[in-house]
Amino acid sequence: MTLDELKPGSSAIIAVVGGEGALRRRLLDMGLTPKTRVTVRKVAPMGDPIELFLRSYVLTIRKDDAANIELVEGSVEKAVKK
Amino acid sequence: MSLLFALAGNQNSGKTTLFNRLTGSNQHVGNFPGVTVEKKEGPVKKHPEAVVVDLPGIYSLSPYTSEEIVTRDFVLQEHPDGIINIVDATNIERNLYLSLQLIELGIPMVIALNMMDEVRASGNSIKVKELSAELGIPIVPISAGKNEGIDELIDTAIRVASQKQKPLKYDFCEGEVHKAIHAIAHIVSDQAAEAGLPLRFTATKLVEGDEPTRNLLKLDEDQKHIIDHIVEDMESELGTDREAALADMRYTFIEKACAACVIKHQETREQLRSEKIDAVLTSKFWGIPIFIGIMFFIFWVTFTLLGEPLQNLMDKGIQLFTDGLASLMEMAKISDWLQRLVIDGICAGVGSVLSFLPIIVLLFFFLSLLEDSGYMARVAFVMDKLLRKIGLSGRSFVPMLIGFGCSVPAIMSARTLSSERDRKMTILLTPFMSCSAKLPIYGMIIMAFFPTHRALIMISVYLIGILVAILSGLLLKSTVFKGNPVPFVMELPAYRIPSPRSVLLLMWEKAKDFLRKAFTIIFMAAIVIWFLQSFDLRLNMVTDSSASILAQIGNLIAPLFTPIGFHDWRASTALITGITAKETVVSTLTVLTGAATDAQLAEILGTIFTPLSAYAFLVFTVLYMPCVAAFAASKRELGSWKGAILTSLYQTGAAYVVATIVYQVGRLFIH
Repeated sequence: MTLDELKPGSSAIIAVVGGEGALRRRLLDMGLTPKTRVTVRKVAPMGDPIELFLRSYVLTIRKDDAANIELVEGSVEKAVKK
Repeated sequence: MSLLFALAGNQNSGKTTLFNRLTGSNQHVGNFPGVTVEKKEGPVKKHPEAVVVDLPGIYSLSPYTSEEIVTRDFVLQEHPDGIINIVDATNIERNLYLSLQLIELGIPMVIALNMMDEVRASGNSIKVKELSAELGIPIVPISAGKNEGIDELIDTAIRVASQKQKPLKYDFCEGEVHKAIHAIAHIVSDQAAEAGLPLRFTATKLVEGDEPTRNLLKLDEDQKHIIDHIVEDMESELGTDREAALADMRYTFIEKACAACVIKHQETREQLRSEKIDAVLTSKFWGIPIFIGIMFFIFWVTFTLLGEPLQNLMDKGIQLFTDGLASLMEMAKISDWLQRLVIDGICAGVGSVLSFLPIIVLLFFFLSLLEDSGYMARVAFVMDKLLRKIGLSGRSFVPMLIGFGCSVPAIMSARTLSSERDRKMTILLTPFMSCSAKLPIYGMIIMAFFPTHRALIMISVYLIGILVAILSGLLLKSTVFKGNPVPFVMELPAYRIPSPRSVLLLMWEKAKDFLRKAFTIIFMAAIVIWFLQSFDLRLNMVTDSSASILAQIGNLIAPLFTPIGFHDWRASTALITGITAKETVVSTLTVLTGAATDAQLAEILGTIFTPLSAYAFLVFTVLYMPCVAAFAASKRELGSWKGAILTSLYQTGAAYVVATIVYQVGRLFIH
């Protein structure tokens, strides 16, 4: 599953951050690194972008960009194994 | 001994507030060379020997955005004696990510741990001493908003810098990354020294795959090969790529350090409060209506409730001043032409622009409230989807909206956008939003030609402006501003009550900026226009304005407007004077036609325009280059004459093309 598919209110662990260049680097820099737990808080009124909660702060990214982030549900251990 | 400090930190970390605390109002604002990235500097209060430069708010030293590159270049080339790194204690993990990269630069550094008051008030705490030991640099807990800990921060920064006390630790890595960094450091130590780069920073950036750093080093083919090999080994051992490996390395270290030093029972009160506020302000149902409501309120207060009376007051003041000056000069028997220069040229020209000062200051009052409270980021979140198609992000929405009031503050407010590309595009597109000074022109044309279709004409004119902005955005996105836009990955900071100090300082700053323009560029423009209006080609003063140089120029360029449907020197002259201030188009046409009443003006306009060409004239006035004040603002924000002139040429070109199309297509239907 990818981050854009995660339902508002639910959370999961990041497995892989895909994409390339400036965007991918920005996602990593902002703390969206593998093994990090991220919650989708809500979707903007027009259906995009989405609001995330991670590392005790709130971040917003576009759905297209969120599609580059693969998730595992459940615990950190599972993410490491993958 | 003089000391140079760099103030670095994330956006929303309270950096501007801290900078204001450090320097008081003694600031110099400019741009970094060659880019539209703001550079503020000023001497530290009570320590005139120490100067602090406010670097752009960034999250990382990656080589992608101009803000990050400016920061790197400044630190690597200007060799500051110390770095003051502001860290938001309520959001410490992500903030320390930049700190770890700054530490690698090997420059004496101190962390200002901001918002400690909020951490404490929420029952959480941070073991500052232990964290300081983990990072190998001093940490001073502060609250920039409440002015706590600032003196201690200054003392520590000066001590660290004057004793050249470099960070004690650089190793935040383990395992494979550690091996790779050390191996590469070993290989490139000579080249790094030669290039004047800190070794640890260089090695880490090479592992990370940082092109600019690699290009600065004079590496031979063998070395490049070995470096690539080391990195490939590391990647295959870790099962991940170099950029992810380093981000992971930094965050892993930070997580460990925070687990040991940060005691957190709950989110801070501000964060919990923000979540509740956002449940309304960015909700699916209320998000957009509330935003529209807030903007309507701002416009109503700015233009109707306070703006109009203040503007009238200002006009009266200017009038009194002008009259006083006129009678003084009369008494002093100053020559006639000089009197006319001062009264008709300078006082009238500068005065008409100056009367916009209250509106600009009021708009900035609201803009800084929106920005400092954290709501501006929510607007970007709510409106992003609308602007994305033209290659901008939601951050540009408010500046563009302000453009419907006045292009000057709209262009000036583009400075808050976090990417240079977005700033440039916003500055270029904003003047297409029809500003309030153009209303008298619409009023005049509607009165003369379309008295029964007032609303239709107004709405269509505004829509044409918006449409041209959208088309221009699409065009620019695929030409001049081609390439990847800066990603829209934006923090939504906790809502905070704006500090009155910061708001006042910003208003004062913008007012000063506008006044400076009024008395330089606008002053010059007023003199030039007055001269052209008052003299003929033999440099004799004219009594009949139709003999003036301006009229000659108007005559000369009048044929240019034939495709748009009017060929009259009075119309083209009015378009030229409209560059000083848009409402001047009306006064110029009135003067040049010699009309005494509105009815007369309407009648004479009827001989200059057909209804269709009058409409094309309107379209041209909506789109062509903005007034001098807005031109001066874009020159300042773009940091170059060239940029500002090209922007104006583009806008005027667009006006010409669109007005021509309107007239020519219209002619097919109306005979």
